[in-house]
Amino acid sequence: MSAHTGFIVAAYAMTAVVLVALVLWVVLDGRVQRRRLADLEARGVKRRSAQKVPAGDDGT
Amino acid sequence: MPLIDYANPTRFLAFSAKALPWLCAATAVLLAAGLWLAFFGSPADYQQGETVRIMYIHVPAAWLSMFGYGVMAVAALGTLVWRHPLADVTAKAAAPLGAAFTFLALVTGSLWGKPMWGTWWVWDARLTSELVLLIMYLGLIALWQAVDDFGRAARVVAILTLVGSINIPIIKFSVDWWNTLHQGESIFRAGGPTIDSGMLIALFTMMAAMTLLYVALLIGAMRNEILRRRAYQMEMLAAGEGG
Repeated sequence: MSAHTGFIVAAYAMTAVVLVALVLWVVLDGRVQRRRLADLEARGVKRRSAQKVPAGDDGT
Repeated sequence: MPLIDYANPTRFLAFSAKALPWLCAATAVLLAAGLWLAFFGSPADYQQGETVRIMYIHVPAAWLSMFGYGVMAVAALGTLVWRHPLADVTAKAAAPLGAAFTFLALVTGSLWGKPMWGTWWVWDARLTSELVLLIMYLGLIALWQAVDDFGRAARVVAILTLVGSINIPIIKFSVDWWNTLHQGESIFRAGGPTIDSGMLIALFTMMAAMTLLYVALLIGAMRNEILRRRAYQMEMLAAGEGG
């Protein structure tokens, strides 16, 4: 055991906490956004690019 | 397909969905190898003893704090010059990651400094410029939150990001330009590295692992940002139709 073991452990522990927090942030935010999009699609809301103009309604 | 075609968000989502699992697997393998080398495959330092093992997380964190800002600076050019569709998505996703790695560089540096220098902190050029980098990251994150319009926020953030990029060479060369308590360059220097080859292999493995982790997190955060904007636009469209 080094006289400075506490400093080494603290540095690695802090790094692990921050990196796990980053991974959780990305994973959980991804779930929230996918759920948000799924709810909108379930309500019948479509992206502008996915909306089709019915034949004859586009002025042609 | 030319690389520029991946600038299309839909193509980026499809491509990144396939690439991300492989990237995560490579990160896990390299991180496991790097940690093994850091603790068991590299020697203790003849002066610092076991404390040198903090280097294997401190140096990659410091590298990524600057690399992350470099990514944002390139993205800022993409926003202002080329109006690249993914540029401001990249800049927004990269800011919290850069802030986190800068925070880690400062904290692990402090935990290394106390037993080696006898102090947690000194206002020398390297430490101070790294702290300024953290403050810049936090300011840019706050700016993203403060401006509602995505496009306007992207342009304002891009200009400030480019102005702030002057700090990156200051951080890098601060140990050469000023007399600092922080040690001078010992890896990328004329005349070659001055540290043991066993330590160098462990350090490069950890730097590669942490860089892959950064890239995986960045891609994940970019995917989330694209989905967030899609959902926002759909909500606005629904509100417009409802009104």
